[in-house]
Amino acid sequence: MSDTNPSRPLAIELRDIVKRFPGVVANNGVNLSVKHGTIHAIVGENGAGKSTLMKTLYGAHLPDEGTVKVNGVLQHFKSPRDAIAVGIGMVFQHFMLAENFTVWENIVLGDEPGSKFRLARSDARQRIRDLATQYGLDVDPDSLVGDLGVGERQRVEILKVLYRGAKIIILDEPTAVLVPQEVQELFHSLRELVTGGATVMFISHKLDEVLSVADAITVIRAGKTVAEVPDPSVVTAGDLAEMMVGSELPKPDTTVSTVTDSVVLNIEGLTLLKDSRALIDNVSIRVRRGEVVGIAGVEGNGQTELLEAVMGLVSPSAGVITFDGKDITVTSTRLRREAGIGYIPEDRQHDGLLLSAPLWENVVLGHQTQEPVSAGNWISKAGALERTNEIIKRFDVRTPGPDVAAFALSGGNQQKLIVGREMMAEPKVLIAAHPTRGIDVGAQASVWDILRDARAEGLGVLLVSADLEELIGLSDTLLVMLRGRIVAQLDPMHVTPADLGAYMTGARVAEGVAA
Amino acid sequence: MKRVVSSLKQQLGPTMLAFAIALAIASLALIISGHNPLRAYGAMWDNLNGTSGIITVINEMAPLYVAACALALGFKMNLFNIGANGQFIFGALMGAAAGAEVSLPGPLHVLFIFVVAAISGAFLAGIAGVLKVTRGVNEVVSTIMLNGIAGGVGGYLLRVYFRELGDQAAHTKTLANSAHLPNLDRVLSAVGFHIPKNTPLFSFPLFALLVGIAFYVLIYRSRFGFDLRASGINPSAARSSGVSPKRMIIITMLMSGGLAGLSGMSTLLQKQYEYGDRFPTQLGFTAIGIALLGQNHPVGIAFAAAVWAGIEQGARGLPIVKVPSEIGTILQGSLLFVAVIVYAVTLRSSQAKAIESASKRMAAGAGDSSSGSSGLSGGSRASLVAGVTP
Repeated sequence: MSDTNPSRPLAIELRDIVKRFPGVVANNGVNLSVKHGTIHAIVGENGAGKSTLMKTLYGAHLPDEGTVKVNGVLQHFKSPRDAIAVGIGMVFQHFMLAENFTVWENIVLGDEPGSKFRLARSDARQRIRDLATQYGLDVDPDSLVGDLGVGERQRVEILKVLYRGAKIIILDEPTAVLVPQEVQELFHSLRELVTGGATVMFISHKLDEVLSVADAITVIRAGKTVAEVPDPSVVTAGDLAEMMVGSELPKPDTTVSTVTDSVVLNIEGLTLLKDSRALIDNVSIRVRRGEVVGIAGVEGNGQTELLEAVMGLVSPSAGVITFDGKDITVTSTRLRREAGIGYIPEDRQHDGLLLSAPLWENVVLGHQTQEPVSAGNWISKAGALERTNEIIKRFDVRTPGPDVAAFALSGGNQQKLIVGREMMAEPKVLIAAHPTRGIDVGAQASVWDILRDARAEGLGVLLVSADLEELIGLSDTLLVMLRGRIVAQLDPMHVTPADLGAYMTGARVAEGVAA
Repeated sequence: MKRVVSSLKQQLGPTMLAFAIALAIASLALIISGHNPLRAYGAMWDNLNGTSGIITVINEMAPLYVAACALALGFKMNLFNIGANGQFIFGALMGAAAGAEVSLPGPLHVLFIFVVAAISGAFLAGIAGVLKVTRGVNEVVSTIMLNGIAGGVGGYLLRVYFRELGDQAAHTKTLANSAHLPNLDRVLSAVGFHIPKNTPLFSFPLFALLVGIAFYVLIYRSRFGFDLRASGINPSAARSSGVSPKRMIIITMLMSGGLAGLSGMSTLLQKQYEYGDRFPTQLGFTAIGIALLGQNHPVGIAFAAAVWAGIEQGARGLPIVKVPSEIGTILQGSLLFVAVIVYAVTLRSSQAKAIESASKRMAAGAGDSSSGSSGLSGGSRASLVAGVTP
């Protein structure tokens, strides 16, 4: 499995890669050594810089500093074309396939064999069959992609890069979209790929999966390589989790608990099925007045869907949601908002803003039926302007005025506007996803203070965040969500990084899960 | 109102530019066909200038305006009701047929026909709305097909059921005098205007004016209008804010269809007093262009409808100088075509300008803050938060 010829140069060698984006250093000293004929896993938390690293490798951008060597040769990829030319292929998490085309048509698309006027169909089919046999990827070239399952589509994507001559294949979170059965099939395929002479790199944050298939592991945290594990058999999932999350967790805020006995939001046995996959799997959560219930977890484990279900944006397959003593499981989003549920959506531009509308109209959004931004059937511009000015002042939104279109604001200021809009309405419960995402450090602290003050006055918060400092600093109760289930309930005062990391990545499963 | 004025100012430049380019294209067509553009435009102007020319333009732009507002209502939320023509035809036919069967005192008779026409148009558009929310049928496809269905069913009803017997051309029974909309001539001459006898000023333009005002108030002032515009700008944010997309689609479709159904009332109650083969057949399609040209804004649409009807009226003067009146159609077509391009270009540049000026005003205004954008700083946590999708 590992390199047969020790003098052969490394398939991939990255040294001290630095990549900056405006305001952010996404990669800050990444080192990576991948041997030929191995499966190499790259693990790290959300935002650790894995995707940026992969884009560097794939030629989507040039690093600001550091060197990229492929097969021992220094490379400066200006575009993905350059990366493909030296044999690097990328399989993205979201498939890019035309459903109304067959497998072979999808594979040759953009790289069609034959002359300008003639498509060499039989040649293409034959080559695809050969590749499929060589690498043990079982898929029929003539079936329609629209008829294929997710696992098969992934194999088509892999064949696509192999067809283009890739010898080094990068997979971005390949298991995120798969059910366990398909994960096993994928891992089998990856083994076959390596046997067939390819080198595989894959990104993941599911440690149990990584340990079961990788020949070597690189751990990235906060843009840096923090560990290179050449022999995974010597580490445990717990070790990896600690490396991923870091050895020190932020200290929780030691203010007095404001949690009361009265339950304001009760989620019971909530389940959401999509294509027979459970996105939310029998989740029960109780939020009391004055309590912040934080949900930790790697992105894509059902947190988004959970919040959307509470807002009435998706209808659950089973379960009951009670707010303030009333069953709201089938209540419309508008009535839920009117009843006093505030919402900070995960994707502010997609779900939270009207980018081309002025700020004051964005302040109306979500509160159309509530004073002071509306009166009866009419929008109150005066009321909305006044409220907007208040938000601008209290939440330090940097804008020339309330008439400016939302797209003219930076992301952090857009976020502050949304937080302000929701908090000014004095909700009873706040459903918040990454409430301070993109906000600068100073303003972040003031948003936290505002949330704490509101909590002290009885606000219940259901909080999803990728920011551990935020999660631990604000939460009274910390739940961990994995694959649609609540897998652990932890005390934010005493939680250790190893514990949190282990639960988040599935390395450990809680014995008796409460909540 | 400030917003209307400022947005008009912004729109004036691009629209004039589009008009100039369209004139150039039409001039080219004139030169190629061996005519003098200046003479042709002069003839058009002569036919337009003067009381009777202006009155004709006002009379003719009103139905276009109502139909275009009907469409703009849907366009504002990205709901493309292309079926205004079918709704217009169906509304006029049903209004004419039902109106001929009842005898009511004046205003009530007119009101009755208005209501029947509106319900008929709304019914037709409602089919497309229901299909969209229950079966996901694209409204563009269904309304286009409903145009055909309205034409076919309308023609069948007219010939088999509603036809006035004993006449060569198929038409409904002529409406009684009580169903006629009054002319405004007497009102105008009372305040000193002298209206030429053969071109009376209709009262339907007054209705169009009311429609325009109602449109403005509904869309830009009411909660419903806010929901509608929000759905158009960002459907998923609108949904998160509590707007029910299905409900919005049904209501908007019904309103759009009802209004489109009323756009034939000018011809029916003021000109022909019956529905028949002489009735206009393309009004609803023309209105799509007018809505586009007017950028779905009630004031913009008024200008667009005036320009459109003005070109039409002007072109009627072209045969006098032996120029084919189709030059008018070329002018209308090029204007629409060029305007769409110019609008798209100016939208992009004005957005870029807005961002730039916002950050400039920030830099100038806020002395205490060093930069306009809240840049992230501070190492690991910032990248942990923001590095998710670099």
